[in-house]
Amino acid sequence: MNIENIKKQFPIFNNKVQNNDLVYLDSANSSQKPQVVVDRIYDFYTKEFSNVGRSVHYLAVAATNLYEETRCLMQKYINAKDPNEIVFTKGATEAINLVANTFGQKFLKEGDEIILTELEHHSNYVPWHYLRRSKGVQIKFAEINSEGEISLQSIEKLISPKTKMIAITHLSNVTGAILPIKEITQLAHSKNIPILIDGCQGAPHLKLDMQEIGCDFYAISCHKMYGPTGLGILYAKKKWLETLPPYQGGGGMISEVKKDGITFGDLPNKYEAGTMATAQVIAFAESIKFLNQIGIENIEKHESELTKYGEEVLRKNNSVKLVGSPKNKGSVLSFTLDGIHAHDIATILDEDGVAIRAGHHCCQILHDKLGLSATARASLGVYNTKEDIDKLNESINKCKKIFNK
Amino acid sequence: MMDLKELYQEIILDHGKNPRNLRKTENYNKDAKGHNPLCGDKVHVYLKLDEDKKVHDISFEGQGCAISMASASIMTDLVKGKEEHEVKEIVKDFLEMIKEKDQLNNKILEDNEKTKLMCLSGVKKYPMRVKCATLSWHTLTSAIDNTQQEINSENID
Repeated sequence: MNIENIKKQFPIFNNKVQNNDLVYLDSANSSQKPQVVVDRIYDFYTKEFSNVGRSVHYLAVAATNLYEETRCLMQKYINAKDPNEIVFTKGATEAINLVANTFGQKFLKEGDEIILTELEHHSNYVPWHYLRRSKGVQIKFAEINSEGEISLQSIEKLISPKTKMIAITHLSNVTGAILPIKEITQLAHSKNIPILIDGCQGAPHLKLDMQEIGCDFYAISCHKMYGPTGLGILYAKKKWLETLPPYQGGGGMISEVKKDGITFGDLPNKYEAGTMATAQVIAFAESIKFLNQIGIENIEKHESELTKYGEEVLRKNNSVKLVGSPKNKGSVLSFTLDGIHAHDIATILDEDGVAIRAGHHCCQILHDKLGLSATARASLGVYNTKEDIDKLNESINKCKKIFNK
Repeated sequence: MMDLKELYQEIILDHGKNPRNLRKTENYNKDAKGHNPLCGDKVHVYLKLDEDKKVHDISFEGQGCAISMASASIMTDLVKGKEEHEVKEIVKDFLEMIKEKDQLNNKILEDNEKTKLMCLSGVKKYPMRVKCATLSWHTLTSAIDNTQQEINSENID
């Protein structure tokens, strides 16, 4: 599949948005969906629908096989050892909540410490905050440097004998910094500390190899990976999924239920209580195939070139200030404009069909640190082109004109 | 582009850039905070009411977009010197106008003052931005009513 014409695979770009061609620069928020994924949801509901893992009729068996096929595809995609290390959740948020809740329940006590970073999205802070409240654990934040990066040292100096978990992002959704997760994992393991990676921004853009990274947990958001909403994935090493208690209770996750006691099912059912997002899981197989057809190496190359081009163009625009300048940067261009608030920028850009996000991007800790109440963020996906960046820049100039800058 | 011009009128840009009464009233006797968790905008309104319940001084602190700063700025300008019950009527009238009505109906403001306030009506075409314009007004109501509760723009209409 040729990356140059990839926009054609995404039906959203066939339609005008408020009489404009859509310049979609909000993929860090959620990506658009290729036709194959949209079609798969339609076909499943129209021709193949059944609940999975319960009934023995033809459709139920076929749907169950498809559902498990996605698990196997994902196992291969991220090079997990076992398909049972792939747990479907309602999103990356639930994946992190699952770990915080079950790990906290079993292993944490008052005074224990968890290390996060100042780059974390609220979804990798709030679940740990609950443990601060319920268990009295301490949360420490590794500090960013002036480039908006997290170094190995910034984490190392926070580690103490009380550190029980390190939970960090793979790729910052604001500065775009790609963290040295392999090195941080090695550091954590050298001190016998498990590590969770929030892969929401990493998974859609970077090659994932769980054996190479070595992390204990990796959380994925499928709707940012050209897949359906309502679906996330938790990768967890089997030893953890076997050791940790179940998260939610309900149908499908039990072994035997008696009036005086319950035994729980084996993996992966143990963590998939109730009817799951069946159609989404089955359609997500198409997202993985789509990514495989282009090749993640090609995606990385395309997006990295585009990010560099974006940085170049925006740096030349003298009112624009980029937020963070990490050496190893993913597909995120956050910026401020002198004297113009991010929300005004977003409204004016929207008038030209340029869709960006404005605000704190669920990273208030980072914005406080940077002394900014809001930033504008253009984030890239596989379908973006240099023309999109040029249109972004033109619309930024229109903002400046309206505000007499 | 027409809608944008209506939204970012000269007077909005002027008040957004140089907000009036952006300070903290000394010896204020009523205040309230407002917060828009979606965008992080914050406002703190301070009121000093006379013994006869007239607004002796009003001011605000905060940060936000041009719309929210201009709205707070124009609001503080217009309610200064008004009696408490008049302020409440102006607030109610403004919020109704932003939500559904074509014009302001109160008998308190002069015509030129109403014209100034109507400059904010351009926001009606931008549903996501209405809360930018109304946050300071809800916060003013909270200050007058002494609710001691922070206004959260997600919890109001």
